[in-house]
Amino acid sequence: MRFVFKTSYAQDIQLFRDRMDAFWYVLLAAAVALLPVVMSEYYVGETTWVFIYAICGVSLMVLVGYTGLISLGHAAFLGIGAYAHAFFIKHGVPWVAAVALAVVITTACGIIVGLPALRMSGIYLAIATLAFATIIQEVFSRWESVTHGFAGMPVEKPVIFGVSFAHDTAFYYLCLFFLVVSLWLTRNLLRAPTGRAWVAIRDSEIAAQSMGVNIAIYKSMAFAYSAALMGLAGALFAHKIAYLAPDIFTILLSIQLLLLVIVGGLGSLHGAVFGAIFVALLPPVIAILRDSIPATLSSVAGATGLSLFGAIGEGVGAFLRKPGVEAGIFGLILVLVILLEPLGMYGRWMKIRVYFSTFPMYKRATFKRQKTYMRSERLR
Amino acid sequence: MTLNGLAVGCIYGLVALGFVLIYKATELVNFAQGDLLMLGAFVAYMAVVWWGLDYWVGFAIAVVVIAVFGALLDATVLRRVIGQPQFAVVMLTIGLGAMFRTFASVTWGSEIYTLPTPFSGVWTVGGVTLSHQYLSIVAGTLVLCGALYGFFTHTRIGVAMQATSQNQLAAYYMGIPVKLIFSLIWAISAGVATVAGILLAPVTLIDINMGLAVALKAFAAAVLGGFGSIPGALVGGIIIGLIELYAGATLPEGFKDTAPYIVLLLMLAVRPQGLFGTLGRKKV
Amino acid sequence: MSFFKVDQLSINFGGIKAVDGVSFDVDKGSVFTIIGPNGAGKTTIFNLVSRIYEPSGGRLVFEGNDITHVPPHRVAKLGIARTFQNIELFEHASLLQNLLLARHAHKQSSFFSELLFLPSVRRMEVEHREAVEKVIDFLDLQQYRESLIVNLPYGVRKVTELARALCTNPKLLLLDEPSSGLNVEETEDMAFWIQDIKNLLGITVLMVEHDMKLVSAVSDRVLALNYGRPLAQGSPQEVQSHPEVVRAYLGG
Ligand SMILES: Nc1ncnc2c1ncn2[C@@H]1O[C@H](COP(=O)(O)OP(=O)(O)OP(=O)(O)O)[C@@H](O)[C@H]1O
Ligand SMILES: [Mg+2]
Repeated sequence: MRFVFKTSYAQDIQLFRDRMDAFWYVLLAAAVALLPVVMSEYYVGETTWVFIYAICGVSLMVLVGYTGLISLGHAAFLGIGAYAHAFFIKHGVPWVAAVALAVVITTACGIIVGLPALRMSGIYLAIATLAFATIIQEVFSRWESVTHGFAGMPVEKPVIFGVSFAHDTAFYYLCLFFLVVSLWLTRNLLRAPTGRAWVAIRDSEIAAQSMGVNIAIYKSMAFAYSAALMGLAGALFAHKIAYLAPDIFTILLSIQLLLLVIVGGLGSLHGAVFGAIFVALLPPVIAILRDSIPATLSSVAGATGLSLFGAIGEGVGAFLRKPGVEAGIFGLILVLVILLEPLGMYGRWMKIRVYFSTFPMYKRATFKRQKTYMRSERLR
Repeated sequence: MTLNGLAVGCIYGLVALGFVLIYKATELVNFAQGDLLMLGAFVAYMAVVWWGLDYWVGFAIAVVVIAVFGALLDATVLRRVIGQPQFAVVMLTIGLGAMFRTFASVTWGSEIYTLPTPFSGVWTVGGVTLSHQYLSIVAGTLVLCGALYGFFTHTRIGVAMQATSQNQLAAYYMGIPVKLIFSLIWAISAGVATVAGILLAPVTLIDINMGLAVALKAFAAAVLGGFGSIPGALVGGIIIGLIELYAGATLPEGFKDTAPYIVLLLMLAVRPQGLFGTLGRKKV
Repeated sequence: MSFFKVDQLSINFGGIKAVDGVSFDVDKGSVFTIIGPNGAGKTTIFNLVSRIYEPSGGRLVFEGNDITHVPPHRVAKLGIARTFQNIELFEHASLLQNLLLARHAHKQSSFFSELLFLPSVRRMEVEHREAVEKVIDFLDLQQYRESLIVNLPYGVRKVTELARALCTNPKLLLLDEPSSGLNVEETEDMAFWIQDIKNLLGITVLMVEHDMKLVSAVSDRVLALNYGRPLAQGSPQEVQSHPEVVRAYLGG
């Protein structure tokens, strides 16, 4: 167990816990920065997805993980950001200004959606955001003068101050930059009064109110900030996907984003990043398994002479090739995470870390939660 | 034409009823309700078309199979998340729904199936044509609601269920087997979804995504009616069905699917607790 | 002019008159206790004072200002803090975070300065931390600073609620059954703390309490309530021996 000795209160609000921590993060940053040098183009592209999803994850983490508000419609914000950005650059607005405008527009939408949220909670909010997303999706497909409807809308490559970011590697760094900025800004908010107010609203609205938190303002702020990040992610998303169509921004995407924060671990920024890695990399991993499992097993079958292995391999391969299997695998993972590890990957990671740092003194009870039955939100 | 809207509304109402039953008893929100509906329709299809059974036999088999499945689902999975934040439960059931859809697509493929029904004719009453299909939905809903009402008010077990929904702990102390009751409620709710699915099958045809669209609308219906109110669910369903129909017929294209949500949002802005709901507030 | 005045306060829930024409004055620097059987309307009075409920009649006057209609989040800023009967802590945050949140009423930083974590925010954070540390020392909570509330035992949570209320720097402190669920020893500690809060910190206390020993030990004045109506008011001894009060308790 490593003890951190503290000598001043300021130390507790540092970006990093101590030198050691800062060192690891710098090392990580260096590794991520060097990845494109050693990775093939394909993986650079896939990792860029991780960054974009991570920004979405941070956005949703603020809303769901920290403020405790459910949104089943975040894909709509992503879409608004993407379409707005694509629209502005198509009309010759400089890239930075286009991103800024996209962020402003999504923020405004976030506030508008947040307004009814002030009076709603739980399931009502979920359905209200869902309704909003459905309406927005319809707008995407009908407002053809802006979005080109189902014909789709090609997105130009980013050119910032005359520098082209068309190349995959350049775009990788662009997304990485925005991810780091998003993480930094969000971390700042979370260690300041605003972040505490959000957490307070999540855990007890009434107590938060009695301690002087204006619930309405802070909920709106959470919505607005979350939407702003989503708008930013949307702008990058538009470039990455290169071709916008209304059926990208469906409820299924919203659900995938929620999956991201849950699997990553609610209530931690690490979780947003872990979740993004998971969501972005699972489809390629499934694609690889689809081919490699039958291949491996058939070679095992060849080596051992047991045709059973070959048959199993073929079966698994055929199963993974069926349409819609990916969604089911996501669903299964979601179910397993909620049942077995409600704290997600980050929670698991913490447990592993504590296990090793306290070995051999680890107690299972360290992370044991009290079981609550029937935490009723109803008044009787 | 109103009949069509009414019929579709009845389906939404039935699915919404399923949501509400489960919510009232266990405070879980079951987003997989629509997928239970889809599974139910598929089972009925299998029974009727593949095995060549009579429509009504297939109907009964499907209801029983899915009801048992619902009960098992409760006993194995959902009971473990009671008391967890609502959000986790919503996501859990969304995950389950995705699994069911994948299961269906692996088992039955992504084709569209037609379930033959005994209701195919039309009646012409006073110059208005009433198709049996839609009439069967309305009639089925009425019968089912009547049966459920009778069950909940006049049978011992129904009354026990009501008691459990109102106060679990008290019910437990009264010697009511709360866990069993929960499973039964899941069974009923799944059974109701199956009935809705089979009634709906001739209208929308059967495919793996039939449940999702219905569930979203039904969900809106349940919220519109005030989540937790059984008459609210039915009324909300019918309202949504009618809005959808009239918006589709009179407003520009694109409003058919969005009008119910626009109405829902407006309603929530005015009355956040829904039509028949009461504004619950945590007591401190 | 009295420090805190409740005048003919009433509220109905449906048909029930949960609080019905209750009036009392709390003097500055005193401990005022409300007692009464279960369901008498004590917590409801607190909820009215912290503006969670809208009264159907009557007035609340704090330091000469009518606060009957201020929004609930302004109450803390006025200098009124409270604890809750069934503990309303921020369960998935650390104890320190819980207490820091209580400094919210004293927040001066804007959203954008926090976004960039400007030096002014940093300075304020350290100031808040110092204020919180004083309370932590006062209530001996040092060892739990970093623990999540969910992992703390009930007794500590109860003290944490008190600490959180103190961190807002209140002039008037509302304590809803501070001793409920505590063992004898913890209750004694609580009695000392309440006296210290009154004597050392000069904070006025309005309290709801069932434990008569604690009530007599710390209260200056007591109000007895039944079915939302005041029964008697006076010194702890007077109220305890008042025939109406005795009857209300014995009769249920
Ligand atoms: N929000 C509400 N809606 C309806 N009735 C309420 C509400 N809040 C309180 N009541 C009712 O008002 C009455 C007084 O309740 P209150 O909580 O103030 O009692 P109390 O004196 O604090 O009792 P206890 O000693 O049990 O805490 C009770 O009959 C209660 O049921
Ligand atoms: Mg009380």
